[in-house]
Amino acid sequence: VNLIAAWYDFDPFHELYEWLTDHTFDELTYVVIAVIGATGILSFVGLGALVNVWLERRIIGRIQVRRGPNRVGPFGLFQPVADAIKLIQKEVLQPTASDGKLYNLPPILVFIPAMLTFAVFAWAPDMVYADLNVGVLYLLALSSITSLAIFMAGWASNNKYALLGAMRVIAMAISYEVPMVLALLAPVLFAGTMSIPGLVDFQKEYTVWLAFLLPMPVFIYAIAATAELNRTPADIAEAESEIVAGFHTEYSGMKFGLFYAVELINSLAVSGIMASLFFGGYSLFGIEDYIPPWIIFIGKIYFFYFGLIWLRGTWPRLRIDQLMAFAWKMLIPLALINVVIVAVEVLLWRELELTDWVLAAYVAINAVLSVLLVGFFFRMITRDYYRLPRRVRLEHDISVPSLPAPGVQPVPSAGDA
Amino acid sequence: MDDLAVIVAFYVLAAITLISALMVGVVRDLVHAVLFLILSFIGVAGLYITLSADFVAVVQVLIYAGAISVLMLFAILLTPRSGRDNAGVSYSAPISVLAGLVGATLVFVALKTEWAKVEGDRFDTTAAAIGEALLDPFVLPFEVASVVLTVAMIGAIILVRGSEGEEA
Repeated sequence: VNLIAAWYDFDPFHELYEWLTDHTFDELTYVVIAVIGATGILSFVGLGALVNVWLERRIIGRIQVRRGPNRVGPFGLFQPVADAIKLIQKEVLQPTASDGKLYNLPPILVFIPAMLTFAVFAWAPDMVYADLNVGVLYLLALSSITSLAIFMAGWASNNKYALLGAMRVIAMAISYEVPMVLALLAPVLFAGTMSIPGLVDFQKEYTVWLAFLLPMPVFIYAIAATAELNRTPADIAEAESEIVAGFHTEYSGMKFGLFYAVELINSLAVSGIMASLFFGGYSLFGIEDYIPPWIIFIGKIYFFYFGLIWLRGTWPRLRIDQLMAFAWKMLIPLALINVVIVAVEVLLWRELELTDWVLAAYVAINAVLSVLLVGFFFRMITRDYYRLPRRVRLEHDISVPSLPAPGVQPVPSAGDA
Repeated sequence: MDDLAVIVAFYVLAAITLISALMVGVVRDLVHAVLFLILSFIGVAGLYITLSADFVAVVQVLIYAGAISVLMLFAILLTPRSGRDNAGVSYSAPISVLAGLVGATLVFVALKTEWAKVEGDRFDTTAAAIGEALLDPFVLPFEVASVVLTVAMIGAIILVRGSEGEEA
């Protein structure tokens, strides 16, 4: 695993790096640059968690025609800070029947994968903390660890609602992992690499975002990721109208705060994955030569994050059976078919050595195919609904009983209700 | 393994793996046992990283820590008597003897074998190399493995569905 030690988008760091390589030994250079990079990423993530609380509440307030927090500081900007101070001051409650150490572990454990996700993002050319050649798989592996931590939280609370939430998380993780992996396979097939900078370079080289080439995986990934994030259209793990607060029912104070922060950080991470895998990462059709690429990347992250907030503010929560059925009956077949289509296209393109203009044709073909396939599957899934009779009619002949004679009270039958 | 950091990492990871593997047998709570098993899997993944096998390491986390352990947790939660602990297991003495013998054999073999040293540099892109190996020289075992998995899946479905007449 190589650390690419060139954060030279920031000029002083580049000079520092060169000075260190010239005047000291390699290990020190490695450590110093690694610490600077980690500090940069962690401060972005930490600050992001604070800012996101405010963004989320303000934007959802706006969507739902109310004001949101607007008292503490200008535009309510200091509200998250006040909330954090309040959460830290709260009494730490632990149920006596809870599972001791296992109860205190999950709020810390969920943080690890959330932070590690940001290590592989390409913030700019050569501004990558860890350029893993298995980057996409690494991201998937981390997302499965998160659901394990959430399961631990639900189990250790020793609370029926928490356990139900935990089981829902596990069920959802199993279901939505499959379409997610299959959807992320498509960009990997096209680019021929699993490293995130490699995928971004592919999109830069061919001046086409993979989102245009692969419209269906974008939507499949977006839906599956929202489900894994536990955000409102799919937050059945903490569905407060059904199971109190799900897996974090028994967590109070800052422990709850950590779960909440991790949810926001993971939303940022998913937005980052969307941006770098499907929407060109730090590249923006040449504009990245004039604006620092990392600003473009952060801009894209927050663009998709706004989409997630929008979803949260407008959609009702799905039922658990609806969510499961959607994953197994709709997303997985679609993703499987899509993998076959993409594999054939890539094979034709690479093996027959077609010109790169064939990518333009693929854009058109994939758009048409996606619309057709999604339409077909929607018809399949909703077939039962559309088969319902639109107006009252007789299913089969019934014998009409003769009317009772006048004056006789008709005997009420069970069917009359 | 001449780098000091790699040696330290190796011993730390080996300690994590072995201790958590031991705890799987020692702890009483079944769910704790599975969680220790997951920790052990993750330790093994770390060991793979010290061997520069990053693809195998990530797949280890994804499949073992992420998927298999989740299935185990599910199985425990769906078992009616999941509340029982390891203390209820009989035959613990003979099983420990057996496990000890297996462990001793493995250590003996590991010490006795003349390990071949890898010549040349490591792969820079392990994923691409593994992909080519799986789809070129080893395509037959690879496909056979997928057929075996399909058979296992169909078998599981048939077992769960019960006989023809009864509903679900």
